[in-house]
Amino acid sequence: MIKFGYAPVVSRTLDLDSSDFSLRDELIREVPSYKKCIGCGGCTSTCSAHQHTEFSILRCNMLFRRGKYDVLEKELDKCMLCGKCLLVCPRNVNTRDMIIKMRLLVQHKNKKQ
Amino acid sequence: MEKFDIIIIGGGPAGLNAAMRLSNMNYKTLVLEKEKVIGGKLNQWDKLFPDFTPAIDVLKYLTENIKQENTQISTSTSVTKIDKSDNLWKVTDSNNNEYLADAVLITTGFDVFDARRKEEYGYGIYPCVITSVDLEKMLETGTINFPIETSDRRRRIAFIQCVGSRDEKSGNHFCSRNCCICAVKQAIEVKEVVPDSDVYCFYMDLRMFGQHYEELYRRSQQEFNVNFVRGRVSEIAPTFDNRVVLKAEDTLLSRPVKMTFDLVVLMVGMNPSEGTKTLSSLLDINDEYGYVVSQDEHVADNLTNKAGVFVAGTCKRQLTVPETMKDADSAAIEIANFLNRR
Ligand code: SF4
Ligand code: SF4
Ligand code: SF4
Repeated sequence: MIKFGYAPVVSRTLDLDSSDFSLRDELIREVPSYKKCIGCGGCTSTCSAHQHTEFSILRCNMLFRRGKYDVLEKELDKCMLCGKCLLVCPRNVNTRDMIIKMRLLVQHKNKKQ
Repeated sequence: MEKFDIIIIGGGPAGLNAAMRLSNMNYKTLVLEKEKVIGGKLNQWDKLFPDFTPAIDVLKYLTENIKQENTQISTSTSVTKIDKSDNLWKVTDSNNNEYLADAVLITTGFDVFDARRKEEYGYGIYPCVITSVDLEKMLETGTINFPIETSDRRRRIAFIQCVGSRDEKSGNHFCSRNCCICAVKQAIEVKEVVPDSDVYCFYMDLRMFGQHYEELYRRSQQEFNVNFVRGRVSEIAPTFDNRVVLKAEDTLLSRPVKMTFDLVVLMVGMNPSEGTKTLSSLLDINDEYGYVVSQDEHVADNLTNKAGVFVAGTCKRQLTVPETMKDADSAAIEIANFLNRR
């Protein structure tokens, strides 16, 4: 068979039908303020890790909300838990606690699978 | 003790508009104003959004149309006590004068958020950081005063929205409703005064809810090249040449941004004024911020839970000038109905 170098293109659509929302309620129970994020970027703007790497706590929050746990585990490890983001958040999201609890939940889940 | 039909506490747009309506219906009206002059915040604004009406025109219209023979205005007067005696309200002012009236209208308005409380923005520390009220004073003179002289640099001006609003850190959960469109208005005015400049607005959301607001926003982009960056500013720091550098997140690019500016304008939000807080708590009709609570926002928005005490304008919540005027109109109708039932 002649190979033309073509491959099927995978859709970039965030397919929420295939998302896994099983951890959402547990995180809400542990860190209720997580729900209040309005995506303003105050936290990432002040985060040292974000200045030098692709790591974004805002993106982590959004990935979790959309139920995309697979990519999340590696991301969450990059936070230094310094708490600077806590000082600027206009919605008083308990950002550091959110990261810690997310990490525990996601690690546990991914281990099981 | 002099007796009036109605005592209006606060001589800003709401109070003066109600005084105009009621005095023309031949009710004997007293207006108490704590400042030396009447007009309230109309005195602090040069032009009003969204159509650049001079604030002074509104004030002139109101003062010219108040029926003099039915109205007494007392300035430099604040209220220290208010209580019910028989079926009347007794109001005591700061000069220990006492007045009686069948009804009282509270129009004590708002104060702007004290920008010093957001220390990370450096208001009062860096001369390049000013508030929207400070800018309005400059616009009134027709010149923008940049603290740092330069001849060879294109000026850069930033507007920061939601300062002291939508911010749990400053204890204000609400949106002040006026500052988004005010920033757009001021951005255009700055470009008119300094055409050779770059203007940036840093916002969390742009709330263009009113008639012609969205159009003005569009015009600011199309005709004036105003730039909009979606992201909350986290801090402002001085540069070696005494300008300031602003740090934010460009949330649409998921990258941190920084930029140096000659002038940063903080869009300060609206808080209940001291007078509003005092009166609402004296009468026990205050909410958690100190705003006056009306009886029912849908059907009895000018009434309070105290019979004979009425309320209008920004002492109740964040309103624009036209909204305030209409609210005072409807308060005047409620009061007239009440007085006719005496
Ligand atoms: S706690 Fe984590 S996310 Fe927050 S500023 Fe520090 S490194 Fe960044
Ligand atoms: S600062 Fe708070 S509200 Fe803003 S994006 Fe970060 S967590 Fe969300
Ligand atoms: S009107 Fe705009 S700038 Fe003002 S508080 Fe609301 S969102 Fe923020």
